[in-house]
Amino acid sequence: MAKLLPKRDAVIIGLGWTGAILAQQLTEAGLNVVAIERGPWRDTPTDFNVAYMQDELRYAIRKELFLKPSVEAMTMRNTVAQTAMPMRDYGSFLPGDGVGGAGVHWNGQTWRFWSSDFSIRSHLAQRYGAARMNGLMLQDWGVTWNEIEPSFDKFEYLCGISGKAGNLKGRVVPGGNPFESARSRDYPTPPMKMSYAPTLFAQMVKEQGYHPFPTPSANLSTAYVNPLGVRMGQCTYCGFCERFACGNYSKASAQTTILPVLMKKPNFELRTECEVLKVNLAPDGKMAKSVTYIDAKGVEYEQPGDIVVICAYALMNVRMMLLSKIGAQYDPVTGQGTVGRNYCYQTGSGARMFFEGKHFNPFIGAGTLGQTMDDFNGDAFDHGPLDFLGGGGINCVVTNGRPISNRPTAPGSPRWGAGWKKATIEGYNSSMGFSAQGSSYPVRENYLDLDPTYTDRHGRPLLRITFDFPDNDIRMSHFMSDQLEKISKPFGAKVTTVSRAKKGWDAVPYQSTHNTGGAIMGGDPKTSAVNKYLQSWDVPNVFVIGASAFAHNAGMNPTGTVGALAFWAAQAITTKYIKSPGKLVRA
Amino acid sequence: MRKLFLAAALAAVSSAASAAGVDAGRYQSVLGDCEGCHGKNLAGGVELMTPFGKLVAPNITPDKQTGIGNYSGEDFRLAMKAGIGPGGKRLYPAMPYPAYAKMSDADVASLWAYLQTVKPVRRAVDVNQLRFPFNLRFMMRGWNMLFFRPALYAHNAGKGAAWNRGAYIANGPAHCGTCHTAKTMMGSDKGMALSGASLQGWFAPDLTGDRNAGLGGWSAAQVVEYLKTGRNTHSIASGPMSEVVEHSTAQMNDADLRAVAVYLKDLPASDGNGGGASGVEAQMKSGAGVFRMNCAACHSFNGRGDNVLFPPLAGNALVRQSSAETLARVVLAGSKAVATPAAPTGPGMPSFAWKLNDAQVANVLTYIRNNWGNRAPAVSADTVAKIRKSLQPASH
Repeated sequence: MAKLLPKRDAVIIGLGWTGAILAQQLTEAGLNVVAIERGPWRDTPTDFNVAYMQDELRYAIRKELFLKPSVEAMTMRNTVAQTAMPMRDYGSFLPGDGVGGAGVHWNGQTWRFWSSDFSIRSHLAQRYGAARMNGLMLQDWGVTWNEIEPSFDKFEYLCGISGKAGNLKGRVVPGGNPFESARSRDYPTPPMKMSYAPTLFAQMVKEQGYHPFPTPSANLSTAYVNPLGVRMGQCTYCGFCERFACGNYSKASAQTTILPVLMKKPNFELRTECEVLKVNLAPDGKMAKSVTYIDAKGVEYEQPGDIVVICAYALMNVRMMLLSKIGAQYDPVTGQGTVGRNYCYQTGSGARMFFEGKHFNPFIGAGTLGQTMDDFNGDAFDHGPLDFLGGGGINCVVTNGRPISNRPTAPGSPRWGAGWKKATIEGYNSSMGFSAQGSSYPVRENYLDLDPTYTDRHGRPLLRITFDFPDNDIRMSHFMSDQLEKISKPFGAKVTTVSRAKKGWDAVPYQSTHNTGGAIMGGDPKTSAVNKYLQSWDVPNVFVIGASAFAHNAGMNPTGTVGALAFWAAQAITTKYIKSPGKLVRA
Repeated sequence: MRKLFLAAALAAVSSAASAAGVDAGRYQSVLGDCEGCHGKNLAGGVELMTPFGKLVAPNITPDKQTGIGNYSGEDFRLAMKAGIGPGGKRLYPAMPYPAYAKMSDADVASLWAYLQTVKPVRRAVDVNQLRFPFNLRFMMRGWNMLFFRPALYAHNAGKGAAWNRGAYIANGPAHCGTCHTAKTMMGSDKGMALSGASLQGWFAPDLTGDRNAGLGGWSAAQVVEYLKTGRNTHSIASGPMSEVVEHSTAQMNDADLRAVAVYLKDLPASDGNGGGASGVEAQMKSGAGVFRMNCAACHSFNGRGDNVLFPPLAGNALVRQSSAETLARVVLAGSKAVATPAAPTGPGMPSFAWKLNDAQVANVLTYIRNNWGNRAPAVSADTVAKIRKSLQPASH
């Protein structure tokens, strides 16, 4: 029997990026908030020790900061005809663990999805006719650009993002991204200083008529004090961002932007190493009354709350809803149900060029030290004559020059011995790459549900991922690979390799921790799990925050949009819901 | 009816007046940093390591059994200003009664009014854990006779009102000299007041006008900023001073902080830190290498920090103290800076004890103490070894 605890105004499940933003905004509005976090407490000076943070074996290879499959595994299959098998190790994507979540070990590439993403169906229907979307479950997100823009601004200023505006209130600014949607003001800090590879990339693609710009970065170009008074340091370009926490207070995370203020608030409490088992609903299933969690000693507690905010990462959000029976499971055969629907990923390809006589010094790096061109992203280009929808950002980002995993060798090089050593020495410093981060559009057969066979350590069903790259996305990605080949030609490299996406998603090699959808937002409760304020259509005192709300995934990293949605939902709770609890949208 | 109304009005006035008295008393507890030793709820328990053994701050809540609930106002005044508890029990001067003796009776009375309103906490504290013979309280009679010269703060007619207010706060309730003035083997003040002292494994820095190790390079506004926020362009508070900032100075009013700054900025320079190191080229060369590999990422190659988060080492008086005790401790054990409402981050420096040996620590400290215009005595590996040993948990 779980021990019953005193009721709180709001219970937040997970204290990563979204949980921290929600906790900060809700406590600011006077609510009494408790956050329940499965993983450990982590803070910069104690856990992200700058004296050993760049230990590649410990953090990148042995993955110390990530979720362990012994805590929560998932099963995967490519099609409904297959039997899903559990992942024995996380590979294709690496979910976070502990306070700060995946926001601790991200690269820091901070994008705004475009106006044409939030209204994707309306936009594409108008430009190409609705029939072009046949086979794709593209739908509007329910929120419009003008509504969400101020929330992007809040997230960027919280983080101190380093970048250059390309579209200030409709005026295109040279040197920025001309394809971005209108922003109300420039980035809070100037772009990072570029090393040789992105400088060369920008010069070469500009000569080809494209529009390169500095990739918007949460690795800060300069020291910064955010609106909460929290201070960040300047990035040292050490190149240990992805898979690592930042020991220099230079990468935006919950730790470097919010927690110093949040943790001191008398109306906030954090409980770590406490795993929420489920959200408990009232007998009629229409309201959540509490959550049940289990602490590190195995003791069960019931924490009642007026509002439950699920902030557990996209995939875990969906699982928590299914385990708690919040909303109906999506069925790919009938198309009925909403939870698990529109699961999307990312469709990537890359180019690498090997030169003679060039020295790129890739050890000067950062998660977002780079240049991007969006000329082939989203609907920035005419899809009229093409056989696909979507696109990708082309990024030349020098994220790392780490000694274990960064060993590029030209094709045909020996695979071992002295010849391999020679090739890696040459390839390390004289090669550079860039990649296309392609969109991922929803199709009927890609979805999430609970596995019928495999369970976790508490006996709860694992999440089952049924996913393969849709034909539309494969055609899109091949088009992107064609562009990479064309763009790379004038560089004059000795050898150039370009990868090509193929069917059959493989859960083993790392690809991207950009899992999206499954509890998507929208204007229709038949086709979305949450409304435009990320409020459950079915249980209105439950809000589900994260990339789970993305109705599709664009050719950009998701965190900027995740942060914006968190501020947007927090604003709805603090300005609308607490004044008049109930459904914020009547369907 | 009219009478009743009047009585009610009078009662309201009187409770407002006493509420104001309690607020004034609460402010006295801020000036005196009572929480620093007696804890957030004033129920005691904070351990003070002295050269004579361990003292534990007592419970000063109004609990009758374990606190000071049985004190009279006069009992309290005597404890504060004469170091004598009820029944003639002698207090130890870890309770800074030699400083509190300078406080006015009115300020002590308002502090007493406030303490009576604090929530009583039942908590027995074993205060006296000193080594023999220091654990014999009667010995303090002799100490008092030899060293204690109780006197109210004496107004200095040659100085302005702000200076006098600052001198009163610094030497009276805020008891700065308890840490920043050197002590004799008997625990009484020695040498120049506020010129820096070693205690509890830290070196409380020189606060005099010395341009090298003191506050000579700070403006009065920078002193105020430091006391209010815990940081300024020169330095950032950590160690015991971070607790002082958090519990005391960050909550002082601006006029009092300015007064303290006026007073401190008027202190004549101390004898300095002993001058720069010489003949240590090998240490400097090695130290430069250690600095580049381990320190420059935050403190920057030019030693200037970033003026936002990471403190500078160049021109930082804390780096140039005569003793490198604090520096060695921070490098070995790490340190967390104070977090205040105005500067909430409280950045931390991690421990390098596992990574740098004694010679490397000594070399890098000698380097930062004698580079970018800094001048201070060299640091030896032996000094670092002693501090490293003192930081190891006692074996059981």
